[in-house]
Amino acid sequence: MKKYDAIVIGAGHNGLCNAAYLAKSGLEVLVLEKNSYIGGATVSRELHTDWKYSNCSYVCSLLRPEITRDLELPRHGLQVQPYGGGVTFCKNGDYFGNYDDHERQQREIARHSKRDANAYDRYAADVMKQTRLIRPFLMRTPPDPTSLRPKDLKELMHLAKAFGEMGEEGLADTLRFWTMSIGDFLDEYFETDVLKAHLAGSGIIGTALGVYSPGSAYVLLHHYMGDVDGTVGAWGFARGGMGAVSAALASSFQSFGGEIKCDAEVGQIIVKNGKTTGVALANGDEYRADIVVSNLDPKRTFLNIMAESDLPRDVVRKAKNFKIRGSSGKLNIALDGMPTFEGIENGSILLKGDMHFSDSLERMERAYDDWKDETWSKDPYLDMLIPSQIDPTMAPPGKHMMTVFVQYAPPYIDGREWTDEERDQFGETVIQQIANHSPDFRDLIVHCEVRTPRELENEVGLTEGNIFMGELTFDQLLFNRPFPGYAQYRGPVKGMYMCSSGTHPGGGVMAAPGANAAREILHDLRRPNIVPGAYADD
Amino acid sequence: MTDQANVDAIIIGAGHNGLICANYLAKAGKSVLVLEAKETVGGAACTREFAPGFKVSAGAQWLYQLNPNVVSDLKLLAHGLEYAAQDLESIALNPNGKQHIIIHGSHAGGGDLSEHDAHQFAALQGQLLRFVNVLDRVFNRRPPKLIESDWHDKLTLARLGLDMKMLGKEDMSEMLRVGLINIYDLLDEYIDNPLLKGALSVDAVLGSHMGPRSPNTVFTYLYRLLGQHYRFNGPALLKGGMGQLADALLSSAQHAGVEVRTNCAVKKVNLNADSAQSVTLCNGETISAKSIVSNADPKTTFTKLVGLRHIEGGFSRRVQVMRMNGNAAKLHLALDGLPGFSGLSEHQTGARLLIAPDMKYVERAFNHAKYGELSSAPAIDISIPTAHDSSLAAIGQHVLCATVQYAPYDLKGGWNDEQTKQAQNLAIDTIAQYAPRIKEQIVSAEYLSPVDLEQEFNTYGGHWHHGEISLDQVLMMRPTPGCTQYRTPVDNLYLCGAGAHPGGGLMGLAGKNAAEEILRG
Repeated sequence: MKKYDAIVIGAGHNGLCNAAYLAKSGLEVLVLEKNSYIGGATVSRELHTDWKYSNCSYVCSLLRPEITRDLELPRHGLQVQPYGGGVTFCKNGDYFGNYDDHERQQREIARHSKRDANAYDRYAADVMKQTRLIRPFLMRTPPDPTSLRPKDLKELMHLAKAFGEMGEEGLADTLRFWTMSIGDFLDEYFETDVLKAHLAGSGIIGTALGVYSPGSAYVLLHHYMGDVDGTVGAWGFARGGMGAVSAALASSFQSFGGEIKCDAEVGQIIVKNGKTTGVALANGDEYRADIVVSNLDPKRTFLNIMAESDLPRDVVRKAKNFKIRGSSGKLNIALDGMPTFEGIENGSILLKGDMHFSDSLERMERAYDDWKDETWSKDPYLDMLIPSQIDPTMAPPGKHMMTVFVQYAPPYIDGREWTDEERDQFGETVIQQIANHSPDFRDLIVHCEVRTPRELENEVGLTEGNIFMGELTFDQLLFNRPFPGYAQYRGPVKGMYMCSSGTHPGGGVMAAPGANAAREILHDLRRPNIVPGAYADD
Repeated sequence: MTDQANVDAIIIGAGHNGLICANYLAKAGKSVLVLEAKETVGGAACTREFAPGFKVSAGAQWLYQLNPNVVSDLKLLAHGLEYAAQDLESIALNPNGKQHIIIHGSHAGGGDLSEHDAHQFAALQGQLLRFVNVLDRVFNRRPPKLIESDWHDKLTLARLGLDMKMLGKEDMSEMLRVGLINIYDLLDEYIDNPLLKGALSVDAVLGSHMGPRSPNTVFTYLYRLLGQHYRFNGPALLKGGMGQLADALLSSAQHAGVEVRTNCAVKKVNLNADSAQSVTLCNGETISAKSIVSNADPKTTFTKLVGLRHIEGGFSRRVQVMRMNGNAAKLHLALDGLPGFSGLSEHQTGARLLIAPDMKYVERAFNHAKYGELSSAPAIDISIPTAHDSSLAAIGQHVLCATVQYAPYDLKGGWNDEQTKQAQNLAIDTIAQYAPRIKEQIVSAEYLSPVDLEQEFNTYGGHWHHGEISLDQVLMMRPTPGCTQYRTPVDNLYLCGAGAHPGGGLMGLAGKNAAEEILRG
């Protein structure tokens, strides 16, 4: 039987990125994917003839630019088109528009509150300061604060230096920002409900936190620390849908001689004498390699595809206690034409960006209360986009594709599985909210896919349907991700590694965990490091 | 004004921290003048008559975290501090009227609590107490600056680092993990019994604008555990109510030579350039001092006493955005007999009684408060001090004193008589579910909303910690950046109240640490 140098479990973007670096370094690498298609949650799927759905992740910004360049993703077909605009519709018929143009944006805020217009630049600068601080750490392995090894001490010193440069008050501001709720943070700057609601969305997307839960300000940062072509904080569409990202990564990987097998679900990581020797598929086939990298989330990795007897007890306990909560759902909708929205002309830039319908922090927080009560939000927070306005490849001419991210949807309803009926009711709740602001929307629906955490878990393999493979709270970030003592991509068994979003720096289509894990693997193999650290721009 | 200062230090406000600070300054040979607006000293450590013949601890009801060093340094026992009861059990009341769970230190038992849960609880407390041991050392010193640190701060940091390392790898990483999470998840990891978890979660949210699911409630729980760290297995009651503490502190202070003037409200702190020189009283008198120490909360200190126009814009903004809206109310009931709680013996009625059947109950109570509504089913922390102390009411009569959570300071529509009445009824109705005949026993009732507490104790927002104990407002961020280590942007103006590190609850460390800092110069 053929023996590979390394096997990567799961062809999500992190698995592919990890595999690509390993292959680029000269290793013989096999990627195993349970589905018949690659990409994991980074996919474009044609679920209705001629329409392409980015049916999981839907926008692109976090993908690290150094990886894009290193792996030559543009040459392998990746093209990211930035978009601007965006709007939050108010219950009273008014709206808050988001403009790229600074002057126009100022006028729009001033239309709601002059005081807020004055505060906005200060707000933007303060957030950007935090963003600039965090970006260089995305491509670094977190230090272990309990260790006295020179490598960890050196990294801790590096952290201390970066923080030290901020000065006493600057550091205090950073610590505050990381521990505050996004609601409290915005309340410090602004008075206008709709403006705060518009900005707060990024603090809760994908997390089981409310806008007033401490720690949600950091989640906002997580959505702001990306860039498109060097514009920090900007977002874009991958042309052809998010599947273009995984296709480019796969193509790059294959150009280095890598091999991908689909329909190959791993049943178990084989451990012999405290070392990994390969994997066994669910169908019984075995593949051998001394290095096995899991791109599954920590819960699935340690509780599903590893035997408890192969693991230290603390890892099993920590995996059981790992917080990975489904909190969001998604609707993907094929539209017969461009819907009209009250108060805004078709073609306006406002409709080309993220659209929301929650006009106050209170409505958003109440949506979270429903989640805590184990039901979907009756007045959910939506992040809605119509990417076909910018990327015509997503739908036939004149038709449109709409993606609606929905916060909140619990992993279980009252402690049990979702029923199909409940899924449909959930979909209807969302459609009604949109229809309240778009009279012709309902009639334009040609096809609609409704995804609750149940569908996300069953199809993509994200436990509880958590899009970040683990909550982005501080107990699970940096040296705590996925758990204390295992935050440097090495598993508890020799030869076993982790490269999923469940590791530092976390989820979103960033590919940094995959790249960082590759760096550690190459280090252990005593091969030259080819994975970049911090990016020059940072 | 002469060049000569009248006294070494003026302390604005005779709350327990103010008196403690005064004590330590006087013991070091400083001349100290304490100015108190009210007729009595003690601030929220007070006993007062709320109905004819019925007295109650109108502010804080339990003594739990008072630092033992403060008690011994100031010889408070010799100055009249006397316990009516100590190490009281906490009883988590079961809505079914039986199967109550009794918590005493790290031991829990009774009801339907499984042996496994009892064991898990003890293990969890044991671990958390090791973390508290580390925190306590930090609480006993001024919070270190991290960057502009001097040798003193560096020593604190080095000791903190060493203490953390001494915990061992497993405990240290666990501390770094749980320090930032919520009590809901932590208790779920360890314990199955919903009633026990409900009761414990109350300790994590008491007096705060947080629910069990709010991240950083483990920190507030650790904060609460300080009492157990000081080797108390439960809260204590003072003979004669909490006013006893104030009296003992006053006696100790006067013994040390401190002058205390009551009915003597300070109108403003006078600055010369950026330096505090003197205070002007409401009666027009001006008194100068080398140091002016405010025991008032930071917002009151800067907005009312100093005046925001006298401080730099950035700092003034920080003061304004400090979160210190109270979310707890006090309920006082005068009763013509000992209330009968279903399933409790007469003796047990004197314990600390908790109404919080499960964590979701507490979280739902908090949900209302987030939107400025009254909790329809509040979580309640009850004491019946007259079970231990006959000095508070006539023989056979009793007082029920309770903290009702939640009661938002900025209630929609504002606190008026009607809303207060409604809130009072909600609280009494909730208690009546556990003590069915209590309504017939009520002679008189008083409900203090955060707005009432604000007025009675002169604390902005009626917040008993003088500012939320949230991670962005603790340690070197307390009360707010630019104002740490008991110093303020105004020279010679210091803070010694609960708004400063390490925060409130009758602990006394803010006052003690502030005195040390002032003496350091």
